[in-house]
Amino acid sequence: MLSIRNLHAGISGKKILKGFNLEVKAGEVHAIMGPNGSGKSTLARVLAGDENYEVTQGEVTFQGKNILKLEPEDRALLGIFLAFQYPVEIPGVNNGSFLRMAYNAKRRHMQKPEVDPLEFDEILREKLKIVEMSPDFINRSVNQGFSGGEKKRNEIMQMAVLDPTLGILDETDSGLDIDALRIVAEGVNRLKKPENAFLVITHYQRLLNHVVPDFVHILSDGKIVRSGKKELAVELEQKGYDLVAANVDGA
Amino acid sequence: MAPKTIEEFAQAEYKYGFKTEIDSDTIPKGLTEETVRLISSRKKEPAFMLEFRLKAFRHWQTMKEPAWANVHYPPIDYQDIIYYSAPKKTEAAKFKSMDEVDPELRKTFERLGISLMEQKKLAGVAVDAIFDSVSVATSYKEKLLEVGVMFCPISEALEKYPDLVKKYMGSVVPYTDNFFAALNSAVFSDGSFVYIPKNTRCPMELSTYFRINTEGSGQFERTLIVCEDNSFVSYLEGCTAPKFDTNQLHAAVVELVALENSEIKYSTVQNWYTGDPKTGKGGIFNFVTKRGKCLGKNSKISWTQVETGSAITWKYPGCILIGDNSVGEFYSVALTNHFQQADTGSKMIHIGKNTKSTIISKGISAGQAVNNYRGAVEIKRSAANARNYTKCDSLLIGPKCSANTFPYIDVQNQTAQIEHEASTSKVSDDQLFYLRQRGISTEDAMGAIINGFCRDVFRELPGEFAVEATQLLGLKLEGTVG
Repeated sequence: MLSIRNLHAGISGKKILKGFNLEVKAGEVHAIMGPNGSGKSTLARVLAGDENYEVTQGEVTFQGKNILKLEPEDRALLGIFLAFQYPVEIPGVNNGSFLRMAYNAKRRHMQKPEVDPLEFDEILREKLKIVEMSPDFINRSVNQGFSGGEKKRNEIMQMAVLDPTLGILDETDSGLDIDALRIVAEGVNRLKKPENAFLVITHYQRLLNHVVPDFVHILSDGKIVRSGKKELAVELEQKGYDLVAANVDGA
Repeated sequence: MAPKTIEEFAQAEYKYGFKTEIDSDTIPKGLTEETVRLISSRKKEPAFMLEFRLKAFRHWQTMKEPAWANVHYPPIDYQDIIYYSAPKKTEAAKFKSMDEVDPELRKTFERLGISLMEQKKLAGVAVDAIFDSVSVATSYKEKLLEVGVMFCPISEALEKYPDLVKKYMGSVVPYTDNFFAALNSAVFSDGSFVYIPKNTRCPMELSTYFRINTEGSGQFERTLIVCEDNSFVSYLEGCTAPKFDTNQLHAAVVELVALENSEIKYSTVQNWYTGDPKTGKGGIFNFVTKRGKCLGKNSKISWTQVETGSAITWKYPGCILIGDNSVGEFYSVALTNHFQQADTGSKMIHIGKNTKSTIISKGISAGQAVNNYRGAVEIKRSAANARNYTKCDSLLIGPKCSANTFPYIDVQNQTAQIEHEASTSKVSDDQLFYLRQRGISTEDAMGAIINGFCRDVFRELPGEFAVEATQLLGLKLEGTVG
C-alpha cells in the first residue's frame, strides 16, 4: 500500500531524513519509534505533503501512485490521514461544519452525493461514541479551548469520520493521561480493518500496549536502524534508545 | 516545489463594474453657491432646505479636509466633481407603478440582483433604489403606508412631510460636524427617509440600494430614520459602482433617531469598486458620517456593517446614548485587499444613566492593504453606571498588509465599566495545512477561516444578507491564496 524508498528530506536546508525505507501492506500496523530529533515528525509531515519540508531524494508511492507531487488535499482524498501532534486551533469554525466539509469533500471525490447537516449529524453522533465525547463538542470551534486530551480525541474522531486507508498518528499519545490514552487506542483498534493500515509514530512504548503493532521500527538520525516485531518495543523500553540503536552496530 | 501559500495573489474580478448607458441630466462640474441653489431648485425644495444647504455650504468653505485618518490619497479637487446627475424622466414620485421605471434602469438593478418588481422581490424586503443623485424607485411604499410606515426618497419626504424632515434633519449630524458632513449638507441629492410611528413594528426589512453610474460624479446621499416610541425597524443598505480609472467621491450622511423603547437595526453591505487590483487606480473614496441618537429611555440602535469595497473608507458609525438604559451596538467586518485603505470604527457617547454599548470590530487585511480601527468611547459625567465592551480583532493574510488599532477612551464618571480587548492574528499556513490535510481545498479552507473570524458579526445580519456577506467575502478574497 505504502512504499517509501531512499527518502531524503529536510526543512530550511537542514537534512533530517537520510535514506528512509519502509513498506506497509494493507491490514498492518507499523510503529515508528525513535528519540527526539530522529525524524519521526518530519516523516509524518512529508507523507501528508507539508510544503515547508523539502524532499531532495527518493520516492513515495501510495497504492502504486507517486504522491510526492500531489497537494496535501489530494493526498488526503486518496485516503491519507494525519493525526497531528499539535492540532491547531481555528477560532469561529464550528467543529461539526468543519467535519462535514471534509466529509463532503471526500464524498465528492468518490462521486457520491454530499450529505446534508441532518444526515451528517447522525453519522457524527455515532462516531462521537468511539472517542467518548459529548455531543456539545460538535458546536465548539475547532480545537479552540480544548484540553490536550480533547484535541487528540478530536483527531481520532476525525479519523473515524473520514475512514482513511492510511492513518498516520504523530505522537498522538504524548501528553495523554491513562484514560485518554485508552480511549485513543480503542478508537484506533475499532478503525482497524484488513483494507487499511496505520503508522503509529511514538516516543514511548506505552501506547503500543493498547495498539498492538505488527512491526516496530527504530528511527535514528533519519534512518531506520532496526526493525522487529512488537517485542522490540518492550526491549526498547527496558534498555533505552542508545543501547538498542548501538545493538545494531554491534550485531 | 511550487509553494501554495497565503502570500500569493491572483486577481478577483469585480462583477458589478459595468456602466449603464442612459440619458442623464447632469449639471456641469464644480461647486459654488450657484451649484447649491441649482440642486435645490431642481428638486423644488422648500425654502428651509435651501437655507440649510447654504448655511452648510458657507460653513464648509471655512473648513479644512481632515488629515488625522491613517489613509493616504492624492488631494481631492472639489471643483472637478459633478454634484448632480440624474437619469432623465425618472423621478420616483411620479411613477404610478414600477412598470413605468425606465427598462434600462430596471435592468441595471436586476443585474445587481435587486429586483424592483414587487412580485419578484425577496419576500419581506422593501427597496429604495438610488441611481447617481436620485431615487428611481421605491417598492412597497403603499403597503407600508397602510401601517403608517413612511418609506420614500428624501426628496419626496421634503414634499410630503416637510415638518418631520425639518424637525430631525441635522439633529444628529449637524452640518458643522465635520468637513464631509458639511459638504453633504450643502449638496446632498437624495437618500431614503423612514418614519415608523408609535407602537409599530415595521412589517418588513427596508433597504436602500445605492448605485453610482456617471463617471466623475459624486454621490452625496442622506438618510434619515426616525423611530417613534415602542417601534422597531430593520434597515439595510447596499452599494456598488462601475469600474472607472478615476476616483469617485461618496460622502453620505445617515442620521438615526430612536425614541422611547424603540429599536433601529441598521445594516450595511458595502461593495463599491475598490480600484484596480494591480495598480490601485480608481475606486470609490468613501467618506461617510453615520450616527444614531438614542433619545428615548430604553431605546436601542445597532449598526452592523460589512465593508468590502472602496479604495478608501473613512467612517465611524456611532451612537449618542441620551435616554437612560439606552443601548448602542456596533458590529463591523472591514475587509481590505490589494491597495485598499480603511480607517473605520465606532464612536459611543454615553450621556444617560445605565447606558450600554458594545463594539465588535473585525478587520481583515490582505495584499498591501492597510486596515485601521479607530474608536472612541466617551462616558460623560451624567452617565452613571455606563458600560462599554469593545473587542477589536485583526486578521492578516500575507506579509505585506497591516492593521492598526486606535482606541480613544474618555471617562468622566467613576461608576463606568469599560472593557477593551484587541487581538491580531494571522491566517497561518498551519491552519491552512490542517484543513487541507482533511481534504478541504485551499479556497474552501480560507473561506472557512475567514467566516469563522467574522462569525460574531455575521450573525447580527438579517438572514439572507448574512449569506450574501459570506459569499461577498469569499469573492473578494478569491485568489488571495494559491
